Amino acid sequence: MTLPVVWAGLIAFAVLAYVLLDGFDLGVGILFTAERREADRDVMVNSIAPVWDGNETWLVFGGGGLFAVFPFAYAVIMPALYPAIVTMLLALMFRGVGFEFRFRATTERGRIWWDRAFCAGSTIAAFCQGLVLGGLLQGIHVEGRDYAGGWWDWLTGFTVLCGVAVVAGYALQGACWLVWRSQGGLQDRCRSHARRLGIAMLGFIVVVSLWTPLLNPIFMQRWFGWPGILLTSPVPILVALVAWLLWRSLASPLHHATPLLCAQAWFVLCYAGLGISLWPLIVPPDITIWDAAAPAASQKFLLVGAVVLIPVILGYTGYAYWVFRGKLQAGAHYH
Amino acid sequence: MSGVDAVLLARAQFAFTIGFHIVLPAFSIGLASYLAVLEALWLATGRSVYLDVFQYWLKIFAVVFGMGVVSGLVMAYEFGTNWARFSDKAGPVIGPLMGYEVLTAFFLEGGFLGIMLFGRERVGRAVHFIATALVAIGTLTSAFWILAANSWMQTPQGHTLSPDGRFLPDDWWAIIFNPSFPYRLVHMVIASYLSVAFTVGAVGAYHLLRDAQSQAPRVMFSMAMWMAVLVAPVQMVVGDLHGLNTRQYQPAKIAALEGDWETRPGTPLILFGMPDMQQERTDWAVEIPHLGALILTHDWNGTVQGLKEFPPADRPNSPVVFWAFRIMVGLGLLMVGVGLWAAWLRARGRLYTARWLPRAVLAMAPSGYVALLAGWTVTEVGRQPFTVHGLLRTVDSASPIGLPGVAASLAGIVVVYTIIFGSGFYFLIRMMRRPPQVGESGPPIGVPTRSAGITPAAALQDGQAP
Repeated sequence: MTLPVVWAGLIAFAVLAYVLLDGFDLGVGILFTAERREADRDVMVNSIAPVWDGNETWLVFGGGGLFAVFPFAYAVIMPALYPAIVTMLLALMFRGVGFEFRFRATTERGRIWWDRAFCAGSTIAAFCQGLVLGGLLQGIHVEGRDYAGGWWDWLTGFTVLCGVAVVAGYALQGACWLVWRSQGGLQDRCRSHARRLGIAMLGFIVVVSLWTPLLNPIFMQRWFGWPGILLTSPVPILVALVAWLLWRSLASPLHHATPLLCAQAWFVLCYAGLGISLWPLIVPPDITIWDAAAPAASQKFLLVGAVVLIPVILGYTGYAYWVFRGKLQAGAHYH
Repeated sequence: MSGVDAVLLARAQFAFTIGFHIVLPAFSIGLASYLAVLEALWLATGRSVYLDVFQYWLKIFAVVFGMGVVSGLVMAYEFGTNWARFSDKAGPVIGPLMGYEVLTAFFLEGGFLGIMLFGRERVGRAVHFIATALVAIGTLTSAFWILAANSWMQTPQGHTLSPDGRFLPDDWWAIIFNPSFPYRLVHMVIASYLSVAFTVGAVGAYHLLRDAQSQAPRVMFSMAMWMAVLVAPVQMVVGDLHGLNTRQYQPAKIAALEGDWETRPGTPLILFGMPDMQQERTDWAVEIPHLGALILTHDWNGTVQGLKEFPPADRPNSPVVFWAFRIMVGLGLLMVGVGLWAAWLRARGRLYTARWLPRAVLAMAPSGYVALLAGWTVTEVGRQPFTVHGLLRTVDSASPIGLPGVAASLAGIVVVYTIIFGSGFYFLIRMMRRPPQVGESGPPIGVPTRSAGITPAAALQDGQAP
């Protein structure tokens, strides 16, 4: 009984790690063509080039982990959200090769096109991730062990709202990341981007939070029923507190890393809210983590590796970030 | 009928995506090890030419690795999108193997790739070498797990079948070290090394033909030709052992690749011919008596099962497997030949001044990848009509996704892959045509990522103090 709970926690951790780490990567990509100067774009790319691959690996672990330990959930979520998933993967391809290809382009036009592809790939990938989130939250129609809904079940006002919200949220993370890692004009502009995006993000958090309980009576009961409200009420209060902190830190030239921490705190809080709504469902409205769990032999086998290796992975990932720490020099050119 | 067509398109999509993808990890596996060797040689000897060659190929590695990561990401989700029933049933066995691949290999590569590519001026020589070595180990570890998973699908064991048709793992040791795994792993890793040897050799050859005195191309060419003469013959032996193993566990695959329909003692070797699935015979067969028996059973009068032994519904497509196998073996023989030719010229002191050998090697630049794709075609098409050999049919593995969905995603994938891999191929060719320089620079984005915190003096000079 406890193995699926442990694994649900680990998968949730992997997805959260992805959202926080690739979130700012994709955010930098979303903001990419908003910056006109090539030197600034180079700084933006350089700030994430050494770490993006490790960040994206959390997405592979999230998907691969789901396949391994909750194969039933994997086997219904992927077909149910088929167009969104395929589009996300193709968009991530343009983003991933953009790092190298924009430096390899032989003409100015070519480079501009790869820059655009990098930006569009990041934006579309973020949007599709929001669609997936929304599509999952609103529920998936399953009969037997197969997805039994139609092609476009996932496409609703709610999922599109989630898509736009994730784009705004990642862009906020990206702007805050650059506030931390850049200096000069780029940093100033990112502070103002972050202010506008912060307001938008707060609006999206409010709307999505109010809409989610309407999707499913279980969610409503969770959030507003007694005694659940004891658990849920601190979430909006903390969101408001973080909003205030974000606003203050963006206004002060002394704060470099604080805005990113605030933006990520918002994501953690939203994620916690999501967990409160869903628990113990893995595929709403009916499939729980126990229904979807792989046999204990599968979960145990991978758990041994995860328990030993995830701390090691976090250790060397931290080391890689530390090696590339500090402000990037604006205007420095590659050869 | 439309169900069958959707399955066929899903198979086409898998073949297309895995076909593009597998070339890139093969390139990465071989190149990462080559880079680790070059860096070790540089550290051990201090000869700057090794560093130049290292830096030259490191830039190429960055492009190849990036493309491999993104095409691999597609694979990680394609099991769910197009093969949901396979995922549900075989996920308990296959999934944890892939999970271990992510935990032990992908994170390792992702964590140290940045340092390997851009960190040479930020960390010491020893740490940089460790990063390179860890990336190389990561690529090999990845091969370990993915080939364990694939081999289990070929020669499944260590599980029980649940009443609803799911594979429940019993013995992980048996699952991982299934009968075909050691052969397939060694065969694939060597194939990766040979593929890269012929790419590196071809680039060396191209530049030697222009300037026979240049040091870096000589190093590339010489190292590649050592690999050809030493490793290509080993690959033939490993391939033979792999074949014997396949005959034991997947006899239908062997019958299909040999184009044998009848079971008879002293089976001939069909050199060429055209297997006909409808007529159950191989037309225009050019045969060598007894040789098939000798190769497959190591016995002059041995018996090899023919395709007629298997019900028509259980037969792999013989023409595809038959020809793919001949392409692979033919290229393998050519590689052995080139290796011997190079060894002969080397013994006579003419390795770098010969004119025809480098031209031949240049022509064989893609030979490793073609052979590798042909080999995978043999093993994968040869496993049909099953996904898990003998236990789970391909038609029972697909997602409940209709024809339009699979067709639309396939169209999107073809367009995107054409753009991305077409551009990537063009960039790679351009990079390889550029001669290596003395004092070759590292990957381009490495240069400006200097932080004020690490190089304060430089930062102060630039007036960029924090």
